[in-house]
Amino acid sequence: MKQDNPNEILNDVTSNDYKYGFVTDIETDIIPNGLNEDIIRHISQKKGEPEWLLEFRLKAYAYWRTLEMPHWAHLTIPQIDYQAISYYAAPKTKKAPKSLEEVDPELRKTFDKLGISLEEQMKLSGIAVDAVMDSVSVRTTFREKLAELGVIFCSFSEAVKDYPDLVKRYLGSVVSYRDNFFAALNSAVFSDGSFVYIPKGVRCPMELSTYFRINAANTGQFERTLIVADDDSYVSYLEGCTAPMRDENQLHAAIVEIVVHDRAEVKYSTVQNWYPGDKDGKGGIYNFVTKRGMCKGDHSKLSWTQVETGSAITWKYPSCVLAGDHSVGEFYSVAVTNNYQQADTGTKMIHIGKNTRSTIVSKGISAGRSQNSYRGLVKVLPGAENARNFTQCDSLLLSSDCGAHTFPYMEILNDTAVVEHEATTSKINEDQIFYCNQRGIPTEDAVGLIVNGYAKEVMNKLPMEFAVEAQKLLQISLEGSVG
Amino acid sequence: MSAVQQYIDLYRSQKSLIEAHSSEVMNGLRGEAVALLESRGLPSLKDEEHRRTDVESIYAPDYGLNLGRIEIEVNPYEVFRCDVPNLSTLLYFIVNDSFYQSAQPAAAKLPDGVLVGSLREMSAKYPQLVSRYYGQVADMKRDGTVALNTAFAQDGFFLYVPDGVVVEKPIQLVNILQGSNVDFMVNRRLLIVVGKGAQAKLLVCDHSDDATVKFLSSQVCEIFVDDDAVFDYYDMEESSENTSKVASVFVRQGARSNVLVNGIVLHNGVTRSNYYTTFVGEQAELLLCGMAIADKEQSVDTYTYIDHAVSHCHSNELFKYVLNDSARGSFAGRILVRHGAQKTEAYQSNKNLCASPLAKMYTKPQLEIYADDVKCSHGATVGQLDQNALFYMRSRGIPEAEARMLLMFAFTNDVIEQVRLDALKDRLRQLVEKRFRGELAKCSGCRACR
Repeated sequence: MKQDNPNEILNDVTSNDYKYGFVTDIETDIIPNGLNEDIIRHISQKKGEPEWLLEFRLKAYAYWRTLEMPHWAHLTIPQIDYQAISYYAAPKTKKAPKSLEEVDPELRKTFDKLGISLEEQMKLSGIAVDAVMDSVSVRTTFREKLAELGVIFCSFSEAVKDYPDLVKRYLGSVVSYRDNFFAALNSAVFSDGSFVYIPKGVRCPMELSTYFRINAANTGQFERTLIVADDDSYVSYLEGCTAPMRDENQLHAAIVEIVVHDRAEVKYSTVQNWYPGDKDGKGGIYNFVTKRGMCKGDHSKLSWTQVETGSAITWKYPSCVLAGDHSVGEFYSVAVTNNYQQADTGTKMIHIGKNTRSTIVSKGISAGRSQNSYRGLVKVLPGAENARNFTQCDSLLLSSDCGAHTFPYMEILNDTAVVEHEATTSKINEDQIFYCNQRGIPTEDAVGLIVNGYAKEVMNKLPMEFAVEAQKLLQISLEGSVG
Repeated sequence: MSAVQQYIDLYRSQKSLIEAHSSEVMNGLRGEAVALLESRGLPSLKDEEHRRTDVESIYAPDYGLNLGRIEIEVNPYEVFRCDVPNLSTLLYFIVNDSFYQSAQPAAAKLPDGVLVGSLREMSAKYPQLVSRYYGQVADMKRDGTVALNTAFAQDGFFLYVPDGVVVEKPIQLVNILQGSNVDFMVNRRLLIVVGKGAQAKLLVCDHSDDATVKFLSSQVCEIFVDDDAVFDYYDMEESSENTSKVASVFVRQGARSNVLVNGIVLHNGVTRSNYYTTFVGEQAELLLCGMAIADKEQSVDTYTYIDHAVSHCHSNELFKYVLNDSARGSFAGRILVRHGAQKTEAYQSNKNLCASPLAKMYTKPQLEIYADDVKCSHGATVGQLDQNALFYMRSRGIPEAEARMLLMFAFTNDVIEQVRLDALKDRLRQLVEKRFRGELAKCSGCRACR
């Protein structure tokens, strides 16, 4: 009886297959493993990059070599051999596809399996998609339509060619290559990513979306996303990711930079579903991501929403630098860990401008033998008059072997600031389960209901298309993991 | 030369002098302590747990140490200014780091079997008893300052309450820092053992007699509370702006024991307090609270670590800070619930008032939980006085300064309310009010107040 035996239910859940774990049989152009200046020059050359970008990479590489892997996170990270990874893997295509028909059929099948059929997306949902496979941006849809409004949405390498001034101006302006170990690594070897520019006064009419997939073995993915929202503009950006099931661990070290100008608003949503490893903790993606947005302009707003269900190890702190007066930062997160997954995730809110506001809502759910940590910083600088922050981080524990931790930091250097933090940790109330059981709802469904209710505050912030997917993911990860 | 090296050198050259003026039990741990100090050094600003207080620079100056135990002429009653009216206590003094023998209450007032006195003397008299506890919970590996204290401490205070004995009268220990025109460092050691089912209350007050001399006061306090025992520990600091204090309190709690630790900082220079508690028996209860009122350039840094190693224990933390002028406050609290420590209840709350533009507050409430059937929460706030409340009072004719004071007083009163001695509560309220009015505590009689 499932209801009677929580362990059995848990086993069921943990043996749930990772449904995105297929490998696409596609010819891939991989450069040799290892990292040195030649490799970086090689990547740069392969992408036909200008001199200034190569210099940027080399500077980042030189700096990276002086760094050591950080150890402060509440994670057990096995030794990573950075010389055993290939830093560039691209699906082999003869030339850039002009239309959908020209995209490699295998590749299109992959994206169909992922549920992001480029065609359908284009026709039905009206979401512009930029799909990045391994290291290279495969296709960007709806580009022309967006171009009419002056919105630039293209792969990073195209942006370097077509809009070098914009890229040069903003690249590294929010996340410098000296920021941290993984940011330096990414800056040295990043292969592609997405570039978005919303011109003054334009409200982007559709959601922009990127799908990331690591396909080839022994490769790392290092993409870079740069979003610039000019004065009075608005954009909602979605990001999703999957990877095949493999025994060995793969590295994903991305950078997302966002610049928000006066009165502009950016909404960035992520559903992160990298392969989490099998139920014994073997394999899975190491997800070490630096995400930061700069609310440069007055009255600007940046909102991060993330649903983290995948990855063997997650190390990720989407942050807001609230430099403009009256700027607003938001962070909504649901992080689910199961089996042997580890997550150390949270945010940083740096209040610099006057009357800045930030909200942090973080919901952690840990099951199996996983470790789930919230780590967040709220810093109010001396000039940030009347800054306001509210932080709430709750943890839900679904098994007796997992861990849930909270490490909030508050640094208040201004006497007009009002900062609140509250956190709770508990397990699912047995009364609630009993109540559901009593009304004929099996334990498994009851847990799903309760967890969904628990995460609802964050889910509600997701765009509709994503909310559906995220809800399903949550169900897969957690159905019945408590008795 | 690094700050730590001068102490290692001093120890090496003065080893025989240090040992001659102490006891065998205390000398027994010095070798290990110095080795640890040499290999690990003092905590630096790079240490995650010491980012807000530069411990190295506190220890860097060339302090004088009274290793030869030269008697300092002082009448403790003259400098003593924390008399608690209406509270009759058993009063003891430590002048710098020497237990003051000539001012002891009559031993007849103590119940049978209770031992109170100089740690050096007691450990010479009862070496077996003291060595069972001395250095057993003060983990030298955790912190270089504990190792340094262990290496240099020659005397201190010892309290032993045998099984089943209840000491009705609160015991009061007054630490007096008395300078002789040189910068001065003291290493004090407190050892408290409360037996099964026993009960006691200890009130420790810190004073500096000379505000012009730079003091470094290092204190390590070990508290063993056995099964079913009840123990209250109150620690109040009212020293000078030139005083740095680095204090660590280690508590080990047996089953069903009940401990209250209350640390109050009213006036200080730089204070770093560490509170470590380990539950070794089930159903134990801890109430850990503290408050700080700091202004000028004062700095108060508190670190708490509660280790829920067994199930069914209950801990509750409450810390409140009021910061004025350029004061710096820091609070870092960690609650660790170990695997299997089910039915744990752990709550933590840190609330702070920043009352001036230059005041800084850093807070890090942390939960680390490896068991699922637990109730844990933490909360932290930083804010100002409620403008509406201020307006309300002013509209009723209360001057602004008075209204602010009333509100600040009400804010800290939560911590005073936790005190389990009514007379002490009243006295503390009075002291806090005076502190907010900008006066040092005054009482009739002693030299400092006249």
